This record gives sequence, C-alpha cells and structure tokens, in this order.
Amino acid sequence: MSGLDRRSLIGGLAAATLARPALAQGAKGRVVVVGGGFGGATAARALHAAGLAVTLVEPAERYIACPMSNAVIAGLRPVDLQVFVYEGLARAGLTLARTKAVAVDGAARQVRLAEGGTLPYDRLILSPGIALRFDALPGYDAAAAEIMPHAWKAGAQTELLARQLADMPDGGTVVLGVPGNPYRCPPGPYERASLIAYLLKTRKPRSKLIVLDAKDTFSKQRLFEAAWARLYPDHLEYVPLAGGGQVTAVDPKTRMVRTDFAEYQADVACIIPPQRAAPIAAAAGVADRSGWCPIDPVTFESRLTPGIHVIGDAAIAGAMPKSAFSANAQGKVCAEAVIDLLAGREPVVPKLINTCYSLVAPDDGISVAGVYHPENGVLADVAGAGGTSPLDASAEMRHREAAYGEDWFRTVSHAVFG
Amino acid sequence: MRILLLLALAAAAGTAGAAEERPPPGASSCSGCHGPADGGAVPSLAGLPAEAIAGALAAFRAGTRPATVMDRIAKGFTEEESRAIAAWLAARGGT
Repeated sequence: MSGLDRRSLIGGLAAATLARPALAQGAKGRVVVVGGGFGGATAARALHAAGLAVTLVEPAERYIACPMSNAVIAGLRPVDLQVFVYEGLARAGLTLARTKAVAVDGAARQVRLAEGGTLPYDRLILSPGIALRFDALPGYDAAAAEIMPHAWKAGAQTELLARQLADMPDGGTVVLGVPGNPYRCPPGPYERASLIAYLLKTRKPRSKLIVLDAKDTFSKQRLFEAAWARLYPDHLEYVPLAGGGQVTAVDPKTRMVRTDFAEYQADVACIIPPQRAAPIAAAAGVADRSGWCPIDPVTFESRLTPGIHVIGDAAIAGAMPKSAFSANAQGKVCAEAVIDLLAGREPVVPKLINTCYSLVAPDDGISVAGVYHPENGVLADVAGAGGTSPLDASAEMRHREAAYGEDWFRTVSHAVFG
Repeated sequence: MRILLLLALAAAAGTAGAAEERPPPGASSCSGCHGPADGGAVPSLAGLPAEAIAGALAAFRAGTRPATVMDRIAKGFTEEESRAIAAWLAARGGT
C-alpha cells in the first residue's frame, strides 16, 4: 500500500469496475516500440490495448513474414500469403511512426528518427530483428547475396531463391550453407533442406541437394534425419561440421562453395550467413560483443542500458529459440512488465511457451515445444516439459502437425497484424 | 479514521481485482495458437469454462488425453498454475 496516492487509489477503484488496468492503475508514461515484426507489433498492440500511449516505429510499408516462407521457396505456397500491412494496427488506434529509428540516447531517453525528429520515451522496447553479417564469410557480401541468396529475411530474397530453384535444369546441384549457433529460426535451415529436396524429388529427380553445416547437432535433428532417410535418400546429402561441412568461403562469380576440405560447384547456392542483432541494437548500446542483446529474463530489460527492453530475435533469451512464436510470447510478457514498471509494481515472474512447427514434406509436419522460466538470471527450460514430436509419430499425427503449423501462422499473424 | 479504513479496504479490493487481470505465468502465450474463433485445426478456447480448460490441462499433463504438442506444454505447469491460466482464459473469453 505504500506509495499509493489518492490519484492511483481512485484509479484502483476504476480498474475494478472498468477493467482498464494500465490507465486505471497509474501506469502512465510514453512507450516507444521499434520494429513492427512479430515481437514489436505484438508488444505495441498489448500496450495500446491496456491504455498506454505507445508509438510503433516501423519504416516498411509491408511486413513479409519468414515463417512458412520455405514453402514459398520450394514453389509450394504463394508469396502473397506471407505479406502483411500495418493498416490493422492503425485501425486499432495505434500511433505509427513510418520512419526508421537511427539512434537511441539511453540517458536522455530519446529515440532519434531518420527524418531528424526525436521521440521521447519512459520505456523503449526494441524488437529490431536480425542483421545478416556480410563480414563473416569470405566472399559473401551483400552483392554475393544477389547471386547466392540467403533468403533469411523474407521478401525479394525469398522470391529470388524460389526463381533460381524453379529455373534450374534437372541434373543440377543445390548447395545450402548453414551457420553455427545462434541464428534466427534454429530448425529453419533443415525445413528448407527438406522442402528443396521435395522439389527436386518431384520435379527435378536427377538433381541433388548438399547441405553444408557449421555444426554437428541441430534442432529436431533425429526427426529431420529420419524424414530425410525415409523421403529423400537419393536427393539430400547432409555434411555436418565433423564431416567437413563448415563453409569457409564462397565465390559468387563461379557459384563455388568452399569448406576446409572440398569445393562444391553449385548450380543454385543458398548461403545462410552468421547473424547479429539489427544495427539499432548496437546504436542503442544494448548489444554486447556477441552482437546480441543480454536481457533480464523477467522484464526483458537490457542488462546494459536501463529503460530499454529487447525482445525477439535480437535478444539473448537463454533457452528460448529465435522464433516468431517466441517473439509473440515475449511481446506480451514484456508489455505486461512495462505496464507494471510504469505503475510502480513488481512485475509477475513469467513463464513463456514456444512451439515451432517444421514441414519435412507438404502435409508432413514435426514440432518442438518448450516452456521457459527465469532461473539463475536467464530464461531456462522448465524441467520435464517440452521436447520434440515422437520419432514414431503416425502419418496421421504428422499430417495434423502440418495443419497445426499452418493454423498457428494464420492465428498469430491475424492477432498481430489483422 | 473510518473513512481512511474504508478507503484502504477499497484500495485493497481494487488492487486485487486489477491483479487478477494480469495474466498468470504462461497464460499470455496460449493465444499464439488458440485464436478467438474455431475454423482451423487448432481448437479455439472461446466459451470454454475454466473447469474444462483446467481439466484438459490436467489430462494432458497426466498423458491421459491424446495430444500432439499439448502434453509437452502442459507438463511445464503445476496444477495451481494450470488452474490460474484456465481461470484467466475463461474470464477473457478464451484468448
């Protein structure tokens, strides 16, 4: 009861009757959210719904979603289904700043915008996503990505890779380069491998895919490897780190992909490079030397700069993977924490859920799930929970998991952008 | 003094009421998959009473209800946490 003044007291009474928690309980302040992806748009919506003044900074006209985009690459899904606009958020009454955040003054609590204006904040939520590192793999820069697409940010890159695969004559070799941890969407490269192999098997049966991996273990590994043995024994060759799979250089002119042990001549090369948090994270002083952002696991507040919260792929979220599902769950938890902090209340210690579905073929899905809680200062797995689909799942269950994955995407994208 | 006491009681009631509106641990994640309306593969929780949601979570946790992913998720929550999630979801119409 200490610190409860008459104003918030009246507010408290109003909360009980009107169910407007943030406004009513004195959670006053300006919140700025940078980044209109699954994390930022979710957080902005939740804060706005709670009655707080929130501005979402996002320069893009359209959001092109990564989840399900591997199906676009394999020619199994129209790209239109990946595209969302911000009109739904504007209709909900949210203030949108259609410009880029270029700097943050954490001491003065101001975001500087590309046009030169500033946005003051009491709490800032950064959900900036990833930057592809064009300094990490010799030969692989932004120009090389136009020849050897990463397609790890959906949009023109997705369509470029889809076109290259569609145009490749039968008998060709596709090379997929996979980075070490951490990176956006841990099972994504292996879903991509599966669906490219499906494309080759069904449309270009004399072709093959070589997957070159910079690690030996990966998400849903036993499930993917079982699916590959069952479905693509003649079309997919997987080379782990221990087998010399780490890509050490590429030559876009000749479409050559090199490891320490061999050269692979590709007809189509998809190279997923190492990543870091998008540049605004470093500009705001919330990225550490790893390039990612350490956070408090209860509030997602930066360990480096107070008043700034980081969610989504840019955050170091412990056991939580960098996924759209995670970003959505974090957006909601972070919004609640911000409301509590602005109201002078202790935030609830959260639990968060992640579920990631992958397709190994059309209508053939697998999943990994986890439940996470703060433990020893990081988000840790809740023991005894989570895990992958069973290795011996029936075809019927795999069919349902594929449908659930598609349904998750429809539900979450509608909740966030609809 | 009497007025102060009344105010304090009212404030306590108001705070408690508002606190219940805050999602209990884990609850806000559910709407990632469970939408406001049926029609897809994942069932909506709209209109379900708290007992039905809590009962389903208990059965998933015990492994007595067929599941794809909910058995793995329900094991991350205690009986008490599951009941709190169920009550919160039911009060908000399932999302």
